[in-house]
Amino acid sequence: MVQSIDHVALLPAYLAAGTAVLVLLADLLLARRAVTFAVAAIGAAATGAAAAWVASLGERETFCLPGGCSFVADGTGAVVAVVFSVLTLGVIGLSWPALRGDAEDPGAAPPTGEYLFLLACSLTGGVVLAYARDLITIIVALETLTLPLYALVGLRRKSVASAESAVNFLVVSVISSAVTLMGAALLYAVTGAVHLDQLRHNLGGPVTDVVPDYDPGAVDLPLTSVAVILVLVGIAFKIAAVPFHAWAPATYDGAPLPVAAYLSTASKLGGVFALLLIAVGGLRPALDRSGFLLAAVAVATMTVGNLAALRQTRMVRLLAFSSIAQAGYILAPLGVFAAAAGREQDVVDAAVTATLAYTVFYVVLELAAFAVVIAVRGSRQGGLIADYAGLARRSPVLAGAFVLALVGLAGLPPGMAGLFAKVTVVDALLEGEAVWLAVVVAVNAVIGLVYYVRVAGVLVRAPEGAVAAPGPRVPWPVALTLGAATVAGVVLGFAPQLVLTVTGG
Amino acid sequence: MNAVLLSVLVVPALGILAVGAGAWTGNRRLGAVLGTVFAGVGLFAAIALAADHSGAPWSRLTWEWVPQLGLDFDIGVDGVSYPLVLLSAFLTFLCCLYTVWKGAPGGREDQLIALLLATNLGMLGVFLSFNLVLFFVFFEIVLLPMFAIIAGWGGPARRHASVKFALYTLMGSLLLLVGIFVIVTQAGTGDIIELTASGGGGLSRGTQLLAFTLLAVGLAIKAPLWPLHSWLPDAHTEAPTVGSVILAGVLLKLGTYGLIRVAVGVAPEGAEQAAPTLAVLAVVAIIAAGLICLAQTELKRLIAYSSVGHMGFVLLGIATLTEAGLTAALIGNVAHGLITGLLFFLAGSVKDRAHTGELARLGGLREVAPGLSGLLGFAAIASLGLPGLAGFWGEAFAVYAAVQRDQTLWTVLAVVAAIGAALAAAYLLRMLRLVTHGPPGEAVAAMSGTRLRAVEVTSFVPLAVGVLAVGLLPFIVQAPIGAAVSGILQAISR
Repeated sequence: MVQSIDHVALLPAYLAAGTAVLVLLADLLLARRAVTFAVAAIGAAATGAAAAWVASLGERETFCLPGGCSFVADGTGAVVAVVFSVLTLGVIGLSWPALRGDAEDPGAAPPTGEYLFLLACSLTGGVVLAYARDLITIIVALETLTLPLYALVGLRRKSVASAESAVNFLVVSVISSAVTLMGAALLYAVTGAVHLDQLRHNLGGPVTDVVPDYDPGAVDLPLTSVAVILVLVGIAFKIAAVPFHAWAPATYDGAPLPVAAYLSTASKLGGVFALLLIAVGGLRPALDRSGFLLAAVAVATMTVGNLAALRQTRMVRLLAFSSIAQAGYILAPLGVFAAAAGREQDVVDAAVTATLAYTVFYVVLELAAFAVVIAVRGSRQGGLIADYAGLARRSPVLAGAFVLALVGLAGLPPGMAGLFAKVTVVDALLEGEAVWLAVVVAVNAVIGLVYYVRVAGVLVRAPEGAVAAPGPRVPWPVALTLGAATVAGVVLGFAPQLVLTVTGG
Repeated sequence: MNAVLLSVLVVPALGILAVGAGAWTGNRRLGAVLGTVFAGVGLFAAIALAADHSGAPWSRLTWEWVPQLGLDFDIGVDGVSYPLVLLSAFLTFLCCLYTVWKGAPGGREDQLIALLLATNLGMLGVFLSFNLVLFFVFFEIVLLPMFAIIAGWGGPARRHASVKFALYTLMGSLLLLVGIFVIVTQAGTGDIIELTASGGGGLSRGTQLLAFTLLAVGLAIKAPLWPLHSWLPDAHTEAPTVGSVILAGVLLKLGTYGLIRVAVGVAPEGAEQAAPTLAVLAVVAIIAAGLICLAQTELKRLIAYSSVGHMGFVLLGIATLTEAGLTAALIGNVAHGLITGLLFFLAGSVKDRAHTGELARLGGLREVAPGLSGLLGFAAIASLGLPGLAGFWGEAFAVYAAVQRDQTLWTVLAVVAAIGAALAAAYLLRMLRLVTHGPPGEAVAAMSGTRLRAVEVTSFVPLAVGVLAVGLLPFIVQAPIGAAVSGILQAISR
């Protein structure tokens, strides 16, 4: 059978992959850090622009079989692809100090070419994931997204912590991929389908025009339940959802700061989107089982994340646990599926929109928070929270941006983006009449405020010894990223409908 | 009219920018003065809102904002909200004036003024919101500026007090959020006026009870209602003088106003079912606060606990769900704002001079500082509800409204509340005896600058005049309220 391939739909993926190759070539041939850096940045920007352009052409499909298409460039996919590209662009900007290295020990900096190549590879995985609509493509894309990160985490030379966290991350991630694959294989055994549309149909979902005949009772098989649980558990590892979160804090803390920023934003977005595709797209008929699991994981994730964050003394670990808690809020809207009222079509749509919208609000704020940490620390690691004492005196602008990001993550004005993110989640939960879950979110937001406010308080407090050191010199790529993320956070705070409209599909 | 309505919110925001511009150019003093000027302009805008009070509501302005969340920028003013809008703008202006003139403990007056303006912006927004989600957004805006005022300029235990305040308030506002979205998702609209007119948007009794319970618990934390009040004494005691004034004067009213406008307004059937519980808790609050106040040894803490009791009367008025009761609650709100605002100003002046608020170390103030002592006596007597002063009407009519319900439970509650009023007289007179009478205590004897300063006269006298005006001419507050209240109650069958 000869397939016609729609290369236009594939353009963003081509550009992302092309960026990776070009970065490697530029590094090899020109060996100038600034050039390699510029190639990567331009490539990421072009990928995002292409994704937006393709979306403007309407929905395009390719790699189609009678059972469905593997690659669908629809609106939601475009949003995810654009966000991936923008996040990668931001992380490239934030990587400048880490790549330039410490003045005292320039040898410890990661190699520029390899670093940016790996980042571009990860972007390719993210972009493909955004458009992937069959189990195998999704899993491969997710692996392409994650695989370069093992190397990136360990790329800090002469650092045992970096190597340790890389191994830790590698082992956990490989196991989780294996679990997901096992689940996917079982699903194939039960339904004979890998395409999400056909999977949904064969499991007994709403009848569409795709392949008509398969055992309609498949959804009730015990094996289906096992498969659903395995797939979701595997992805929960990627999102660092409790109880599969233990790898995250150590990995974030050992990785170079911009890689930690990437892990907590782009990588998390990838996991969340894969979860949405599979759980709601493919396994829609099995929502009664996955819903309960998702609700339990969401509650555990936000509660454990928040409680553990209370006790952190290192900045990156605090951000890591905070991002675990945030993953709980991200998953919370999907908890409505636990009740029958939450599985009606409009409620499901609202929950998916809320999850995506919360993720977008969250990655903007999280990127801003990491940008401040990098602006303050340069090529060093995140350090202790106490090291940030007196930042408000030394550099009021940086402290202001940090407070804005933290308060946004806490969901309070003046961080209006975070406020509307929480409102969106509560709205979706109550569409599904899950009042109990909304109250759990509320209680967790209160716990979260404790540590966000604590950090904000440290910034204002006078440092020990009270030496009025001048504020840090911020390289322009970091300043640009920080500025853009902060402005985006403020704009989305006043116009949250922008996010809600595009994620609403 | 819409320009005036919008300017009530825009002017404080511009004031914050002016303070920021002052800090940017290094002229902090100018920023502080400009901030105060903007607070004054804001007060004028608030006064001007009453120019046209013929419509129902008087004026209204609607822009679509986030349709997906049922959020419209929908503000307006009517008789229920106007007195509180005025109170908020008035107290904020006095606090800014006091700060810019007298200075703040620890300096940074311009930042304190910016935070006062931000708090004011949030409070005014809450009072003006005609949209449930917008109401919540403004409710949240108040939290952090007030937290920063306590944490930045407060007393020795400010860190603990400010965090406690923030956590309680956030818990309350998030329950409020859940309650609001129970209504918005079920009724499909966030328009408070429409929901009130339709008696809850056709929601079932069960849903209304659920929504009312969530809303009432959320708002009761702010009000605060016993047993959810324990953030209040710490916050009031540790806050700087202007912080205490705004906290007691306006912030608590966000809770009671919200109960009337939002909880009773949009979930009337839920309110009817929950009213007896609310009333019992309100009366327990009155008695408990009275007993606790009798045992207080610190001036600001005593005034703080007395707020719990006074707000108990307001909540009792609301719980009766009668026109008399709601009117009493709204008058009580204004009266408490003026009286307790004044009391906290005076307590601040006493503590500034005596460097302590311990009642045991004060005493004999009337011999050393007769002006201060006289005003304190006036405010205390107003607070205990002497007829002819502002405190009387709200409390008397709350009791009257409960008696009017003519059921055993309500009559018993009315009697107990009246006993609570007597307790209030007891603890306020005890306070006066300990502070103003007797031989001068060691702290009072060592006081310097016993005369009232010009800044104090300028800040205190308008409040005292207000207390007298509301007391002698209650209809200036009651007249606009009456008509609007009946609109809220029309859905409650009786």
